[in-house]
Amino acid sequence: MDRFRMIFQYFQSNSESVMNGICGLLALASVKMYTSLDFSCPCLPQYNMAYGLGIMFVPPIILFLCGLILNRQALVMLEEWRRPPGRRKKDPAVIRYMCSSIMQRAMVAPVVWIIVTLLDGKCLICAFSGSMDPQKFVGFANVSAEQVQQLLAKVPCKEDELMRNSSSRKAVSRYLRCWSQALGWSILLILIIAAFLARWLRPCFNQATLLQARHWSNYIDIEQKIFEETCCEHSRLFAQQCILHFFESMQQEIKLHSFSLPREGEGAEGGEGLLQGITDQDQVNKLLKTWYYEKPPLDVSQAHQR
Amino acid sequence: MDKFRMIFQFFQSNQESFMNGICGIMALASTQMYSAFDFNCPCLPQYNLAYGLGILLVPPFILFLLGFVLNNNISMLAEEWRRPRGRRGKDAAVLRYMCCSMAQRAMIAPVVWLSVTLLDGKCITCAFCTSVPLESLGNASQPRLSPGELQRVLARIPCKDIYNGQQLIANEVAVRYLRCISQALGWCFVLLMTTLAFLVRSLRPCFSQAAFLKSRYWSHYIDIERKLFDETCAEHARSFAKVCIQQFFEGMSTDLEAARCHLPRKAPADAGEAAEKLLGITDQGTMNMALKSWHRCKPPLHLHPPAQPNGNGWAGEGQPPTRPSAPQKETAAYYSWV
Repeated sequence: MDRFRMIFQYFQSNSESVMNGICGLLALASVKMYTSLDFSCPCLPQYNMAYGLGIMFVPPIILFLCGLILNRQALVMLEEWRRPPGRRKKDPAVIRYMCSSIMQRAMVAPVVWIIVTLLDGKCLICAFSGSMDPQKFVGFANVSAEQVQQLLAKVPCKEDELMRNSSSRKAVSRYLRCWSQALGWSILLILIIAAFLARWLRPCFNQATLLQARHWSNYIDIEQKIFEETCCEHSRLFAQQCILHFFESMQQEIKLHSFSLPREGEGAEGGEGLLQGITDQDQVNKLLKTWYYEKPPLDVSQAHQR
Repeated sequence: MDKFRMIFQFFQSNQESFMNGICGIMALASTQMYSAFDFNCPCLPQYNLAYGLGILLVPPFILFLLGFVLNNNISMLAEEWRRPRGRRGKDAAVLRYMCCSMAQRAMIAPVVWLSVTLLDGKCITCAFCTSVPLESLGNASQPRLSPGELQRVLARIPCKDIYNGQQLIANEVAVRYLRCISQALGWCFVLLMTTLAFLVRSLRPCFSQAAFLKSRYWSHYIDIERKLFDETCAEHARSFAKVCIQQFFEGMSTDLEAARCHLPRKAPADAGEAAEKLLGITDQGTMNMALKSWHRCKPPLHLHPPAQPNGNGWAGEGQPPTRPSAPQKETAAYYSWV
């Protein structure tokens, strides 16, 4: 139990590390999703490209939106952006910092999906097998135009009778896969170089402004959390007062309507106090009915002026 | 429980040991990536060399840069390099130490990838299959082929299922030959790297050990100082936020008092604590106004000094002494900790 608490505390100590954790989990989830996806190319001329490109681009959009939804800081940033200035000025540098940090984290899972897709190659083979030049591949060179489109569209389907042992199919498949992997590695290389340059060169530009923006964005986050905690605590006390007041008013009503013995019995003070003067089945039923039909007003100021 | 705390503390205590952990994870990740990657030689004359050498060299470069990107010390190094001198001098030796130590750690994952790739042999086979020595390995009775056709046939060596040059040179012979060369290269590379690492480690104390100890100490110091500064700022932000919110609620209830000319807020002694905790907000309308005001009109980032206690003292008024002096107490605590 202590172990879990420590792990939780470690992750929650800093909201940035919570976000990093979520970001990593989404990236792992995206790899797992891809490996469990049952990719099945339609192998028909008009549908191949739509299916292939769809599988390559639609899940990243979904993952990006998930990354934004799961990021608590996105709401904090939106609130800070839309609030009226009031008595506290708005600092655009802080908002920009929060926005860029949210975007960077949300982009990781979609990029992982696209790269894994490209390195695997199935999507590109499915999407672009119909756009190959048949003259380059021996098996397709001497076939009529419509037939060649049909054949090329069937390249991604290894199990098709026409294509099962065709060496031209394997050649086209290899060729497309090679391009797909080269594209995947190139994109990864470009992104890593960009990340490296960003990390290396950032302190050269406006380091002081960056430190300020980071501090105040952290502050806004902490302030929002503490405000919510204060409101929670307040509503707990409010509810306590409200209910106490309700029980007291019920007790008074019962006293007025019934002629029960006085409350002060020897040795029964403690127990009686907790029972709030409600000591039999009818009274409890009446109390419960009143609680449902006539909830007390949200106003405990009179409770203090007895 | 203590074990976990010890492990966490061990890894976090020192940025270097944390980086060692990340470095190990990246080396494992690089072998995992290689085995998960589906190597697919194009078996076309112009593409083989590019693909094979690309897979051999591009991922190590990516892993090297990734080692830098994941290392927090890089922004520390850049910051230390670019900061204005101010009242603290800059020591080039410290910067060099940090740079070297980062580069050494970042090199491990690429070296692992290169070793695994060479020992496995697929990349070299794909890249150099067109350069196989036909005179020594080929069959004696080979039909005369044009150079272009020869290249095309040889390029298919890695793809057993479409290889059609069995009379020219047997597929297994060529693959064995290339793989043997690749593994020899791999083992030599591993031996070279290990020897280099051994030399660096054992010869370093022979050269300016004192300067090395100094650089290492001050680079750790800069790291720890930065972490402590971040923690202090976070602690300060927390205290600031608490006081700011407290003053916001106080300000709200004071405004309400002025507007409504209510009975005095000072509750009777028996309900004192609960009333104080309710921060003067005791009904729905007031709470709604407080929430609306929190959004529409956030308080300024400026904590005003606490109200002075009046001469009667606090005892008779039912107002606990802790709250007005809370800002002072917070400030005092902050300074004394630093």
